[in-house]
Amino acid sequence: MIASLPRPAWLRAGTVAYALVFFAFLFLPLGVVAVFAFNDAPYPAPPWRGFTLDWFFGGKPGRTGLFADGPLLASLWTSVVVAAWVTALAVLVGTTNAFLIERARFPGKQALSFLMLAPLVIPGVILGISILAFASRLAQLADSWWGLELDFLRPGLPLVVIGQFSYIVSIATLIITARLKRFDITLEEAAYNLGASRAAVFSTITLPYLKPALVGAGAISFLMSFENFNTTLMLVGSDAPLTVMMYGRMREGATPVLNAVSLFLMLASAALALTLLRKPADGAGR
Amino acid sequence: MQAAAVLPSAPGSGGRAQARLVLFLLLAPALVWLLGLIVLPHIDLAVLSLRVRVAPREYAPSLAQYRTFVEEPLYWHTFVRTALMSILATGITLLLAFPIAWTIAKLVRGRAKSLLLVMCLIPFWVSETVRTLGWMILLRESGVLPAVLVQLGITDAPVELLYRDATILVGLVYTSMLFMVVPLISALESLDDSLVEAAYDLGGNGPSILWQIVIPHAAPGILAGCIVVFMLTLGNYLTPTLLGGKNSLWFTEQIYTQFITRFNWEQGAAFGFLLLGLSTAIVWLGLKLTGQKFGEVMRRS
Repeated sequence: MIASLPRPAWLRAGTVAYALVFFAFLFLPLGVVAVFAFNDAPYPAPPWRGFTLDWFFGGKPGRTGLFADGPLLASLWTSVVVAAWVTALAVLVGTTNAFLIERARFPGKQALSFLMLAPLVIPGVILGISILAFASRLAQLADSWWGLELDFLRPGLPLVVIGQFSYIVSIATLIITARLKRFDITLEEAAYNLGASRAAVFSTITLPYLKPALVGAGAISFLMSFENFNTTLMLVGSDAPLTVMMYGRMREGATPVLNAVSLFLMLASAALALTLLRKPADGAGR
Repeated sequence: MQAAAVLPSAPGSGGRAQARLVLFLLLAPALVWLLGLIVLPHIDLAVLSLRVRVAPREYAPSLAQYRTFVEEPLYWHTFVRTALMSILATGITLLLAFPIAWTIAKLVRGRAKSLLLVMCLIPFWVSETVRTLGWMILLRESGVLPAVLVQLGITDAPVELLYRDATILVGLVYTSMLFMVVPLISALESLDDSLVEAAYDLGGNGPSILWQIVIPHAAPGILAGCIVVFMLTLGNYLTPTLLGGKNSLWFTEQIYTQFITRFNWEQGAAFGFLLLGLSTAIVWLGLKLTGQKFGEVMRRS
């Protein structure tokens, strides 16, 4: 029942109770992860044995904290590097795709823009294996035809970047196209009439207009790359990004250092979310 | 390519040649991406799945990989099980998400509304690995929930709550929630309140209004949510393997085992195609049932 209609008391109470249970369900796992990052015990499990910061700053054997755990920090950095590459490529190609869909006319455009959405309905695992198999075939061909050793086609970070890019660019394309569609083309025409060159129009009119979409697409690409697991798992070589590293340790039963790195991630994504949510509000206020 | 690109605001003379160049520059990245990373790898995967190794480095075309799938009960059981569990998880997600989407779309206003919406989004800014870690800490034998159950006197000793089918479902529903809530909210928000009021004035009650007014109106949103959730669940790897352990029997796990552990790429490729086929079939069926366009659904979600 909607707000303007009379609702019996039990229904009101029921709605509130359900909402409370629902949000408890949503936040319970995150809360537990955060709390046990500070538990003074070798495993993230009850009972509570007192407060400690060892899992962040500790350096003793068996009690390695996040900032002393070399492999974990290395995998965090690997994730950042991969995500930076994916973001740069996805925003760049997403922009050219947006112009292709919105501005250009050519035969087969309908089919092409349809195909651009396809990566979103292909399960990540399958994207991973198909790129893995294809890259390895290319590497084999290069080796047998020209005797070339193309190492970047073997499982490893370049392949991870390519695999994640292959579907994240679809999302970037959607976001940037949506904004370019609403662009008033007369603004560009006015600038041309006033004698501006193509490059000048692009950099002073079109690009500033697109900027919010580019930033948004960039943030989403970064986040999706950072969190990707399925595609990454199939393509990873010896340097594991954070999700793969955490997965490996979770199977073995790890110390609360994983809780510490998780809490760190939560704070980082909360900070990212807050800055992004604030931005449009500022713009609207001006 | 005779129908050359005409970029609207191409100025002055020589515009035609320039427009062609621009078209080429815009087309090149898209084609490299779609052909090089999507179309050709999938064709290659199809070829891979349709051959069999007869001797070292020698292959013959064959349907053997698909025959193995049909003849080996473990494989097709896992496949059917994955599909059924995914359908179940999608249904549960819909049932749990609908009241919340209704509350956010219709019952609360102003600040409370945006607050609730953001609260739905926040957990999904954190990676699935972290959320699964939370569930493992909650549910494992030495974890929080078994300890609470002992404290309350419900069980005598801590019980292992991980590695059960129900646990996998909880994890999958949790992971999918956002992708159901968001399309539902946007579908319900577009429902005009006066329709519900009119139905009420004409003597409708809660259930009849829900069935005859709300659900028909929200059907596209419900469908969009269900398609996305089903697809993500079917292709999930992390949640079933970590929460289900060795008992999870998830099909993506079979693909991983064949491809990475056993290095049997032909078999793994066949499994990949079966999963892709199922996923595509469900998406197609869903769109067909409600007569929607693929692009519209993707844009809405």
